[in-house]
Amino acid sequence: MNRIFSLIAPLVCMLLPQIVSAQVTDPQREYTAFDMRSNGKIYVVVTVVLIILIGLLLYLVRLDRKISKLEKEIK
Amino acid sequence: MRKKWWKILCVVLLFYTVIGGFLFSVPAREILHESIRNLYFHVCMWFGMMILFTASVVYAVKYLRTQNLLYDIYTVNFAKMGILFGVLGYGTGIVWASYTWTDYATNTQIFREPKLLGAAIALLVYFAYLVLRGSMTDIDKRARVSAVYVIFAYAMLFPTIWILPRLLESLHPGKEGNPALNFKDADLRMRMVFYPAIIGWTLLGVWITSLKIRMDLLKDKSILNNE
Repeated sequence: MNRIFSLIAPLVCMLLPQIVSAQVTDPQREYTAFDMRSNGKIYVVVTVVLIILIGLLLYLVRLDRKISKLEKEIK
Repeated sequence: MRKKWWKILCVVLLFYTVIGGFLFSVPAREILHESIRNLYFHVCMWFGMMILFTASVVYAVKYLRTQNLLYDIYTVNFAKMGILFGVLGYGTGIVWASYTWTDYATNTQIFREPKLLGAAIALLVYFAYLVLRGSMTDIDKRARVSAVYVIFAYAMLFPTIWILPRLLESLHPGKEGNPALNFKDADLRMRMVFYPAIIGWTLLGVWITSLKIRMDLLKDKSILNNE
């Protein structure tokens, strides 16, 4: 898992400037909830979804390992 | 775990999809507003379904050419995963449509929406595949009949989800040309997340399928050894 996180960390760092420098035009102001991202707690949603994703993926990795073990035992 | 790299790629792409999908800026659209971000999730389900069904039909042809039951296991598991992706695509589409179409379209327009009907027919054809498989006990016969059926089911996908919705009046975007691949529809910002998202979700589907295949192989070891 450590290898996975070390792969993700630089990616997140790369993306941060992108988020900060988002250009806003008038129609976007009108129709798109920009404030949601700054003070509407959207980061909470991202975190929640990430937790679910991490949980599911860890489960999948564990399942993968278990099946690998079974395959070795049967062979 | 055999061949780890694509599983790591899958995890990285899915994380990127969630972070980028929620936080990057998107084009402002009058009806969709922020729900345009569903492109990274809803549309990817359908892309994933199509790719998994394609894998399924490839293995069906391989089975028919070699009569090797291994390919039958590949075919059925790819088809099942494709069905799951299709159902998820349909479910997310229902939610998305109910918050965007209902303000601008009448119920009649929504009920006769060709894309919904076409996708429903396509999925039902695949449901029938599972029924057909379940109804036969002879393993070789089941494998042969269902492999042929999968080819027909795959052929049905093209009129139902690719051709008919483009010919008829539709509320669903993407009637002209290829919706997600068109340069006018999805701008660069969205594409930066959208293409990785397709690969990420598809790899997740392939990963789960591979686990199911390996489980089936463990279960049916005796059958395959008799080959």
